[in-house]
Amino acid sequence: MTNHWIDIRNSDCILIMGSNAAENHPISFKWVNEAMKRGAKLISVDPRFTRTSSKADFYTALRSGTDIAFLGGMIKYILDNDKYFKEYVAEYTNASFILADTYDFKDGLFSGYDPEKRKYDKSKWAFKKDANGVSKRDRTLQDPRCVFQMIKKHYSRYDLNTVSAITGTPKEDLAKVYEMYASTGRKGKAGTIMYAMGWTQHTVGVQNIRTMAIIQLLLGNMGVAGGGVNALRGESNVQGSTDHCILYHIWPGYLKTPKASLPTLEAYNKKYTPKTNDPLSANWWGNYPKYSVSLLKSFFGDKATAANDFGYNWLPKLDDGKAYTWLDLFDAMYRGEFTGFFAWGQNPAGSGANSNKTREALTKLDWMVNVNIFDNETGSFWKGPGMDPRKVKTEVFMLPCAVSVEKEGSITNSGRWMQWRYKAANPPDQAWPDGQILIRLGKTLKYLYKKDKNAVFPEPILNLKWDYTTHGEFDPHKMAKEINGYFLRDVTVKGKHFKKGDLVPSFAYLQADGSTSSANWLYCNSYTAKGNMAARRKREKSGIGLNLEWAWCWPVNRRIIYNRASVDKYGKPWDREHPVIAWDPGAKGGKGGWVGDVPDGGWPPMLNPDGTPNPKTKYPFIMKPEGHAHVFGPGRADGPFSEHYEPIECPVEKNPLSSQLVSPVAPLYSTKMDIYKSCDPKYPIVGTTYRVCEHWQTGVMTRWQPWLLEAEPQLFVEMSKELAKLKGIKNGDKVVVESARGKVEAVAVVTIRLRPFMIEGNTVHEVGLPYHFGWVHPKNGGDSANILTPSTGDPNTRIPETKAFMVNVRKA
Amino acid sequence: MNVTRRDFFKITGASAAGIAVMGLGLDLKPFKSHAQTLKLRFAKETTSICCYCAVGCGIICSTGEAGAGKIINIEGDPDHPVNEGALCAKGAALSQLANNENRLTTPLYRAPYSTKWQKVSWDWALWTIAKRVKNSREASFEHKNAKGQVVNRTNGIANVGSAALDNEECWLIQALMRSLGLVYIEHQARI
Repeated sequence: MTNHWIDIRNSDCILIMGSNAAENHPISFKWVNEAMKRGAKLISVDPRFTRTSSKADFYTALRSGTDIAFLGGMIKYILDNDKYFKEYVAEYTNASFILADTYDFKDGLFSGYDPEKRKYDKSKWAFKKDANGVSKRDRTLQDPRCVFQMIKKHYSRYDLNTVSAITGTPKEDLAKVYEMYASTGRKGKAGTIMYAMGWTQHTVGVQNIRTMAIIQLLLGNMGVAGGGVNALRGESNVQGSTDHCILYHIWPGYLKTPKASLPTLEAYNKKYTPKTNDPLSANWWGNYPKYSVSLLKSFFGDKATAANDFGYNWLPKLDDGKAYTWLDLFDAMYRGEFTGFFAWGQNPAGSGANSNKTREALTKLDWMVNVNIFDNETGSFWKGPGMDPRKVKTEVFMLPCAVSVEKEGSITNSGRWMQWRYKAANPPDQAWPDGQILIRLGKTLKYLYKKDKNAVFPEPILNLKWDYTTHGEFDPHKMAKEINGYFLRDVTVKGKHFKKGDLVPSFAYLQADGSTSSANWLYCNSYTAKGNMAARRKREKSGIGLNLEWAWCWPVNRRIIYNRASVDKYGKPWDREHPVIAWDPGAKGGKGGWVGDVPDGGWPPMLNPDGTPNPKTKYPFIMKPEGHAHVFGPGRADGPFSEHYEPIECPVEKNPLSSQLVSPVAPLYSTKMDIYKSCDPKYPIVGTTYRVCEHWQTGVMTRWQPWLLEAEPQLFVEMSKELAKLKGIKNGDKVVVESARGKVEAVAVVTIRLRPFMIEGNTVHEVGLPYHFGWVHPKNGGDSANILTPSTGDPNTRIPETKAFMVNVRKA
Repeated sequence: MNVTRRDFFKITGASAAGIAVMGLGLDLKPFKSHAQTLKLRFAKETTSICCYCAVGCGIICSTGEAGAGKIINIEGDPDHPVNEGALCAKGAALSQLANNENRLTTPLYRAPYSTKWQKVSWDWALWTIAKRVKNSREASFEHKNAKGQVVNRTNGIANVGSAALDNEECWLIQALMRSLGLVYIEHQARI
């Protein structure tokens, strides 16, 4: 989330799309309700009428996988009807930038497409530069090659007739949503979006969100209270686990994992440190080497020196151009590339797409370690449906771990709040906290490598700093302090003196010379001389709900990021009622300063009180090399603007917007278990997956609990009355749901919550299933709905397309 | 007098325990007061954050007098600014997650081609896993790739998980796996 949960109450219009917040983030609704009490409108857009829809001022449905068409129509509406926030768009976004002649878009494809490699040459999507190397701009937004005019042209094709034919949403409903939401484009008004996996789990997932980001920027909704682009993240610490980068492509703090083509730390830092020739751009990532060197100091401690590149080559490199994502990982496992596998605190046998392929892949391993609270479909895969244990070679270690209340440490919520948890109870019998398992496993490996004089490349294992224990037990405070970072020698930075061993007060003090450590620069400021900031418990008494002294928030306790865009060029809040920050000329003894939230940099406003430009200012979007928000996003794999493409499995043969039916760059896999079927009469129904309040993800944690299991005991499939009639199915019947990859048995829930869609003149049905169930427990409760879903995903992130696929339904 | 709901319970609890506190102007039903008293007199309270979705609701765990004993009750934390004491169905059932007879409580091992689990010790499990890791790493370690570029990686092991870990554990897991040379390091955030 760019904003945070309580801030939802400051919104004037809340769009919930790609999420069923009332069911899956129930307490978020406390703040939706609070906003509605204060006069905000709630819009729910979902293929199914959900608990969220039941609370909405306006609800409408769309077919799964058509969100870009829906939102593209909103962009057209905003521009056609002059609803955009002109000053914000012209000054704070790259709408004014002039595009180079190489940028083009024709018939569903952007310039630079290579059909053989199924890849774009993104260098074609560049801006024109002036003599100083700064992108050319036209702040009047009139230049025919400026981004603003290109947006107009690009989305002009998304008219109501076309959008309605694709989405199945009635035209009058589209117009109503557009009008309601576009009303937040006025000064002092804010609209927010709450989205979740309903937007990410598509082959156009990133572009779904980019389309909304374009809308939020056109309406001036970024950085302001009650605005933002708000991902409702799932797992309790998925924000923290992403920040610490348990992901192949990034190192802690969103630094890049090095590629094979970058043989030295110097080459690595040079490649990933962006440059700008614009003196008004802060270009915060210009600090990259300070963060990468401080990270390496945390990895290897005293062993990391300038002479050995701080241990840069002790860490593994990726092959250039190769993806190692979840889908690629299980594809490689299926093809027999791994002998060993760890699965901690999750259940891949039911959680990823194409579960049958995942389960088959596990049989190809020599050994697997599964760490969990309960038995699950992954650890016990060898005795699952269709498996003969006597033919499965995989050796399995199932290790019992503590639940959250049985250990101490921090987690980071969706609003980026890092909150400390204390230990309440001991784990039962021999269950251990994961931290203890990791520490002990690391120590055992260090011992083995120290003992073996002929061990292969032992340096990274032997040199890994691994002293986060007290009396032999994992000590989360020691780790939390290392994540914050230390001064490693006596130094003076920015006029302040620090001693060796002092905690670094914030990332502004980190250095690239090895004199500081920080295991994650983004969390530098979380554990300082003032103490454990995540453990703070002081509530805000008045104000807009920032709660600056409750817990801690990255970066540097900033509660609303991009907040420098919440003020005009004089530093006055656009919204006087909900000021996030404001420039106070009398602050700091008359030197002037920002009040309110921690600002996105302390530089003064863009204009002096007399209207003259202030040369000491910086543009508000400090993480972008040119300081402007990207309505034109040239970094994405599938285009700088969004474009509607059908899901890989879809019910239509043609895309009315272009001859490009599906994403031209979506990844496809080629084993015999990767089957994709579009417009196949055997699978004529759109399928989607979702969750219910009473269960958690694949259900490993909740299916074993009596109250929750009683409330939701088995797999079901929701379908419309019309489809049920067509198939001769009654409410409560046992039915089979089948895709090209597998089938599950489920109880039919016949409902008016789903209705048939009229798509390009044809009736299209859609069904939905929760994915919480699995064969281990309860018996006869059904298996994972991910048995149905295909191995394909977004070309940028490779998040699987589990929200739109094709199935059939029949009576069991 | 500025009392939060939580302070109020503490005071009324103390009151029922024999210390007279007057003037709150509220009359709790006797049975409610009694229940609160039992919990407050005999339980230790520890604050935590719910382990399910990323709203991050505050919870209060009550455990037996000895401190880190058995969980008696888990409820919403009324002082927490996000949830103000409220919890969803999963959060309200949290005590059943900790106190659950179905939990794994000892390391288990399944040998190749075996039809059953066997109980093993932590020492044996960790020692055996470490040896497997070392063998797989040594058999699949690649110093240079096909282009002759230095890659220093372990191609034969993959790791997933977890967004259910604490931040401090997340850092440890990625550090251990990267130091072993793994490149296939993923978790829930990708799906």
